[in-house]
Amino acid sequence: MMNGKKIVWTKKDLLGLEYLSREEIEHILYTAASFKEVTTRQIKKVPALRGKTVVNLFYEPSTRTRISFELAAKRLSADVINVAVESSSVRKGETLIDTGKNIEALKIDIIVVRHNCSGAPNILARSVKASVVNAGDGWHEHPTQALLDMLTLQSKLGRIEGLNVSIIGDIAHSRVARSNIWGLTKLGAKVTVCAPKMLIPEGIEKMGVKVTNDLDEAIREADAINVLRMQFERDASGAFPKRIDFFKQYGISEERLRICKKGIVVMHPGPINRGVEMSSGVADGQNSVILEQVTNGIAVRMAVLYLVAHAKRS
Amino acid sequence: MKNYLIKNGRVIDPADKIDDMLDILISDGKIKKIGKSLNDKAEIVDAGGMIVAPGLVDMHTHLREPGREDEETVLTGTLAAIKGGFTSIACMPNTEPPLDNPAIIKSLKETIKRDARVNVFIIGSITEGRAGKRATDFHKMKKVGAVAVSDDGASVDDDAVMSGALEQSKEENLLIIAHCEDRKMSGDGVMNHGFIATKLGLKGVPSESEYERVKRDIELAKKISARIHIAHVSAKESVDIIRRAKAGGIKVTAETAPHYLALTEECCATYDSNTKMNPPLRSKEDADELKRGLKDGTIDVIATDHAPHTDSEKDVEFAFAPFGIIGLETALSLCVMELVEKKILSWPELITKLSVNPSKILGIDRGTLKEGAIADIVIIDPGKEYTYEKESIMSRSKNSPFINWILKGKASKVFVGGGQITVTDNL
Repeated sequence: MMNGKKIVWTKKDLLGLEYLSREEIEHILYTAASFKEVTTRQIKKVPALRGKTVVNLFYEPSTRTRISFELAAKRLSADVINVAVESSSVRKGETLIDTGKNIEALKIDIIVVRHNCSGAPNILARSVKASVVNAGDGWHEHPTQALLDMLTLQSKLGRIEGLNVSIIGDIAHSRVARSNIWGLTKLGAKVTVCAPKMLIPEGIEKMGVKVTNDLDEAIREADAINVLRMQFERDASGAFPKRIDFFKQYGISEERLRICKKGIVVMHPGPINRGVEMSSGVADGQNSVILEQVTNGIAVRMAVLYLVAHAKRS
Repeated sequence: MKNYLIKNGRVIDPADKIDDMLDILISDGKIKKIGKSLNDKAEIVDAGGMIVAPGLVDMHTHLREPGREDEETVLTGTLAAIKGGFTSIACMPNTEPPLDNPAIIKSLKETIKRDARVNVFIIGSITEGRAGKRATDFHKMKKVGAVAVSDDGASVDDDAVMSGALEQSKEENLLIIAHCEDRKMSGDGVMNHGFIATKLGLKGVPSESEYERVKRDIELAKKISARIHIAHVSAKESVDIIRRAKAGGIKVTAETAPHYLALTEECCATYDSNTKMNPPLRSKEDADELKRGLKDGTIDVIATDHAPHTDSEKDVEFAFAPFGIIGLETALSLCVMELVEKKILSWPELITKLSVNPSKILGIDRGTLKEGAIADIVIIDPGKEYTYEKESIMSRSKNSPFINWILKGKASKVFVGGGQITVTDNL
């Protein structure tokens, strides 16, 4: 199942799956699979990052991603510091680069950064020698989420190559969608994105995906669906459809799933809006792997932290 | 005042249809004589292998003085101009406070008199505070020496205000330079709308926000039969609209900037905010159409839109950084590389876009080597290759996407009002 080839990891940062080769993605998944075993042991800790320090630098509130990274670092025996920075659309106080340099002066090895601005991790990564791991930037990428989605798919369906995977919901404002598209297409899956027209961003088909506004078409042949969270709280323009209308047209319910393949895998990056993008029945049903995704998240983040910390730098 | 005899150069003076191996005698700050094998007691300047042309004229510079002297000053901006071969620049009024009244313009003129190293012409604002609500008094603007008016950085949204401004413009024969942008469409976009923005997760600025406003401004100019000059054209649709307007006899002129020719939206992929400008870098098709527009005369002028911002303003998240890049020191080289080397424009055509036309459009007595003209001259080494290094930048700000590029074609000497300045890395 795990066909990861032995490669020498050379990247000090993980900024996005766009920047990785198929071999590198497979190597992360391969490494994650072995760390997954660690998380099932009685003693869930290995000394792989002992003496290293990880900072979780979060410019955007997040509980689950932050906890997952924190746990991953701790299970590798790293020391962890959490820094929450208040950020708004207007820059104030210390700049990102200054913050990064200050953190580096504390002799930190890895900076895990979550930021509301697309590209912030890229800017940080070229300003510091420490490793930078993107924990989600704006609408750009959320690479560890996509990696954990792929690890889940691989363990459920045994492969990624050739799978039909549909991503449903707010594609336009979703970093999860973008990272999944890069990762899945590189590994040979056939990806469809499905949303109302206003939530399909310009030119997305150039990323190698099929685009549809018809949910039934998106799910009928799918081996797996990844249902995105509708972020109504971020819709300042009022352009989104009403919650109830969205559920009627694009929500995943038990009835809706009847047209799907029997073993369809249902994923969601969380937190779920029950009754908006997905019914409770589906979220808690036998096709759902949502909690397994959460578990796999730790293994994937352990793998990423381990690899960037031990990257062979030129 | 010293006299000079520039010998052995290829003299290109498109205004007088000259492109020949000629000598130029400068005396008392003026061009005394132009001809074959001139002899004089004047100091000889050997221009062998060089192009000798009227000094370049940038009709779109942001000097930042008064108010943002941390970004640029009259002194540093005009030194940057010399470095780029420009002997005249016109400065935009979006200073702090803006150049929206005679008193502030008079005070800037004092600074210019004291600090400027090249000719600086002043562009006043169209509206008070550049707020787009109430037009300034163009008569007074002109009287204190403004050569044009513009709210550059902002568009005059209100049709009635713009119409009134065009009426004044016609009455006073004071050119309006229009920044064409419908903010309702560009919103808080930071780069060109399209696939690259989608991929990068950045908000897009659609071309419509530019060309719909170009369309409106041209319509209003037509109705009033006023002149209008469209600043920093970036979208292919705008080129087409201007082309058709010109064919229809409307008195419209237009400029684009070198970065729209040399770069595309793909350059934003590193999230380097030195690729963030307004209007944004667009697609290759847009760049190609701009080049066609330059070739067929739709676009009259290449102007820099030199927009200095400090490192601390620019070294931030892409979305937070201000728009704009410096351009005075790279404009000539980029034009040589993108237009002359690629055989889109001949040298005389390039000099026309960089000197003759902006002078004509602004109504200033530059852009010519005619006998008796003010001796504003640039000597260009057309084959000179060099690395554009951050340390060599004369502008107070260093916000250029071209740092560490290998560029070709460089000013080696300029004469401003007959005074010789050798262009070096430490002017």
